[in-house]
Amino acid sequence: MMLGKLDWSAIPFDQPIPLVAAGTVGLIGLATLVWITRKGHWPYLWKEWITSVDHKRIGVMYTTLALVMLIRGFVDAIMMRTQQSIATGGAQGYLPPEHYDQLFSAHGTIMIFFGAMPFIVGLMNFVVPLQLGVRDVAFPTLNSVSFWLTAAGALLVNMSLVIGEFARTGWLPYAPLSETSYSPGVGVDYYLWAIQIAGVGTLMSGVNLVTTILKMRAPGMSYLRMPMFCWTALGSNMLIVAAFPILTATLAMLTLDRYFGFHFFTNDAGGNMMMFMNLIWAWGHPEVYILILPAFGIFSEIFSTFSGKPLFGYRSMVAATLFIVVVSFTVWLHHFFTMGAGADVNAAFGIATSVIAVGTGVKVFNWLFTMYGGRVRFPTPMLWSLAFMVVFVIGGMTGVLLAVPPADFMLHNSLFLVAHFHNVIVGGVVFGAFAGYTYWFPKAFGFRLDETWGKRAFWPSLIGFTLTFGALYVVGLEGMTRRLQHVEVEEWVPWLHVALAGVGFMLVGVVAQVIQLVVSIRNREALRDTTGDPWDGRSLEWSTASPPPHFNFAVLPDVHGEEVYWGIKQKAIESQQLAEAPAYEHIVMPRNSATGVVTAFFATAIGFALIWHIWWLAGLGFVGAYATFVVFAWRKEEEYEVPADEVREADHARRAAREAWLAQHRDEQVPA
Amino acid sequence: MALLAAVSGCAPTSVLAPEGPVAAANRQILFNSLAIMLAIVVPTIIATLAFAWWFRAGNSKARYQPHFVYSGKIELIVWSIPIMIILFLGGVIWVGSHDQDPRRPVAAAPGQTTPPLEVQVVSLDWKWLFIYPGQGIATVNRLVLPVGRPVRFRLTSASVMNTFFVPRLGSMIYTMNGMETQLNLRADRVGRIWGQSSHYSGDGFSDMNFAVDTVSAADFDRFVGTVRGGGPVLDVPGYAALARQSLDVHPFSYRAAQPGLFDAIVSQQLKPSAGPQEGRGGPQVSPKPPEMG
Repeated sequence: MMLGKLDWSAIPFDQPIPLVAAGTVGLIGLATLVWITRKGHWPYLWKEWITSVDHKRIGVMYTTLALVMLIRGFVDAIMMRTQQSIATGGAQGYLPPEHYDQLFSAHGTIMIFFGAMPFIVGLMNFVVPLQLGVRDVAFPTLNSVSFWLTAAGALLVNMSLVIGEFARTGWLPYAPLSETSYSPGVGVDYYLWAIQIAGVGTLMSGVNLVTTILKMRAPGMSYLRMPMFCWTALGSNMLIVAAFPILTATLAMLTLDRYFGFHFFTNDAGGNMMMFMNLIWAWGHPEVYILILPAFGIFSEIFSTFSGKPLFGYRSMVAATLFIVVVSFTVWLHHFFTMGAGADVNAAFGIATSVIAVGTGVKVFNWLFTMYGGRVRFPTPMLWSLAFMVVFVIGGMTGVLLAVPPADFMLHNSLFLVAHFHNVIVGGVVFGAFAGYTYWFPKAFGFRLDETWGKRAFWPSLIGFTLTFGALYVVGLEGMTRRLQHVEVEEWVPWLHVALAGVGFMLVGVVAQVIQLVVSIRNREALRDTTGDPWDGRSLEWSTASPPPHFNFAVLPDVHGEEVYWGIKQKAIESQQLAEAPAYEHIVMPRNSATGVVTAFFATAIGFALIWHIWWLAGLGFVGAYATFVVFAWRKEEEYEVPADEVREADHARRAAREAWLAQHRDEQVPA
Repeated sequence: MALLAAVSGCAPTSVLAPEGPVAAANRQILFNSLAIMLAIVVPTIIATLAFAWWFRAGNSKARYQPHFVYSGKIELIVWSIPIMIILFLGGVIWVGSHDQDPRRPVAAAPGQTTPPLEVQVVSLDWKWLFIYPGQGIATVNRLVLPVGRPVRFRLTSASVMNTFFVPRLGSMIYTMNGMETQLNLRADRVGRIWGQSSHYSGDGFSDMNFAVDTVSAADFDRFVGTVRGGGPVLDVPGYAALARQSLDVHPFSYRAAQPGLFDAIVSQQLKPSAGPQEGRGGPQVSPKPPEMG
């Protein structure tokens, strides 16, 4: 009774696959911990990373979490595609339904909440304050709490692999299947508490970044001087602030149903499952724009940088972004045209959905004209961006096709739909994340990623992506529905093999990407970025050193016009000298804080306790979390001073590098 | 895309190989929308690759115009092209949604005057029950429809949500407990086609498919006669037995179906059926399937 519902039967001793997988991951984790301990890295990790409230460090940690979770989700994908390829012609494959159903639910949950979201949030965290020319986000400690809560959610989801089970309801736990009567196990509870905990983190991160962008720009950085990425980050985070409370409320209602016998979404006693679908998609559709808008921002930066031109139609792009933000809240019903709504309702939402394509279309055309008249270079980030342009218009087209209700009546829930949303999420968000990762990596670590391995990662990924989702489009048109544990229609099978082959190519891409990282770390001296500006960039993050000092800028930049750093560089070339060294002053920075990691520790305990009905532990967790809050709120010292000398020294090193850069541009003329 | 369409038209399950007017009209709308969009998508893709190639840094013939950052004319085009496409498509959506409204009755095939056949559909864990109220019979996992005659489906669910979908006949629709949805279809050719649930509903979902036999009017009458000749009776206890969770159920039929059963399920006079008895899942968890003749 001490452990609630938890006993030995929770460990799936009869299922070798999760057991071996978890064992392997556990061993790797343990080996890492032992290595860290023996090397004596704990004090460094604790001071410089775990308790850091530096937005750059937190951004890197978010991205690292995302990369690990993307691999976990990809392993799920390999298993699913393999299962569907072999469980044909009466065969059951190697995954029984109760395992397969967890797999696709976990795949979606992990990829969206713990792969794509942390990747995007991580990049925004790292880049936005640098682009705005400020020292940190508005609430640095809150930022740390946000990250650690997201990590806590990811931990809970992965714990479900060996302790109990994960949800078998799909990545959105549609009622009434997710109600206690049809899902009596702990799977849905794992989902609920993991997402609630991570969701609180995401919401706080949204509040943080909105405040940062609205309130903390460098002097002279008016809204219409912000880089495009900041605009899309603003749009995305406004959507987070507006949409995530809907998710929290919806899941809270489902929690009340499951824990206290409420009837929000049950079959009986006046519950309404249609309300669940409406609410979850009222969050879920803005969510896809939360993911894709920052990716649009990344592509905007990259197209402009590597075309050697400012972004074409900047104001038009801002308008298109805000247009998408608003309209994204008016389309959710297209996720269930087949639920029996009337023709007027379906038509209205179908038209609203296709109207969003106007905003996206405008963006695509403006990127196109950014390249027009440019001097286009093709390093890895640009390859991802070009591939994005091509595949995304196809994904957008199939999306609008699904927004036509009579077409959706034939394709809803089919693999055509699966192909569509992977086409836009992988082709848009993941390509964007990889582009941004390669683009800003030198800024974060001071050395570039290896180009050869970058291209070796890019091409197989693109080929695999095309094969897999091309095949899924076809098999969807052949009527195949999603989430089948085994396949009875022979005509579908060849396409499933093609899709699996595509996954093989993508695996090569993933491996190449890992090798790229290892090779780049080994050759870091050769790949060193000494100037802070490896790509000939245009916005403020390239004006500081790589990696930036923890205070980002020795002196906050004074902004005149759009594309601040490009302007500064042109001026320097024109006058053949850097701007005069400013008067350096001491800088006040926030202190490190263990609040984030301690809060997340208690949040994990609370989540685990509530999943398994271990009430005393939940109580203890709440007390601990509250105590953490009290300790933080009544802390005595919250800031420390960086002496002016240290600032001067850091900036002198940077200026020396910039002098060397200027010397290389002695004879260059500023283009008229 | 046309190639894809040609390739995928072969399967007996393909949404692009219609066997009735609803599927045919849906397919037409799909093709029309696709054509409208391809008109802009294909040039955009070509322009992307062409611009990137022509303006590559190494091409000395390309003129570098670093100050070409805004053009009113281009902005006008950039906004108006997508808007015009969407206006056009909006018309297709509006008209199509009304024409293809699942509740809208379908006309009989030319030359036929038979009144619509009513079929009541109940999705259960994990099989389909088809009640023919006019004939007083019911079938499980097999749907027999006369060709040329409009069919009016009334649908509900005994437990969780599912979607009733016969790809070659046309539109799909959700089934939900305590609620009734409606769908009108017509089959025009004799044959056997594929029907399935298109909404994941739990462990037995992958077996929730059914054969759809489209037969001539005479064969349909013969089928009704055969079913009436034998098999169990679908009454309240019979329904309770059927409603228990079971996997991969082979088709069978009821010689008689108690009238009003469907309405009793919709109004929840017959309670929503139960789920599994414990959490971890697997075949041992769900109650054993009832013995059925």
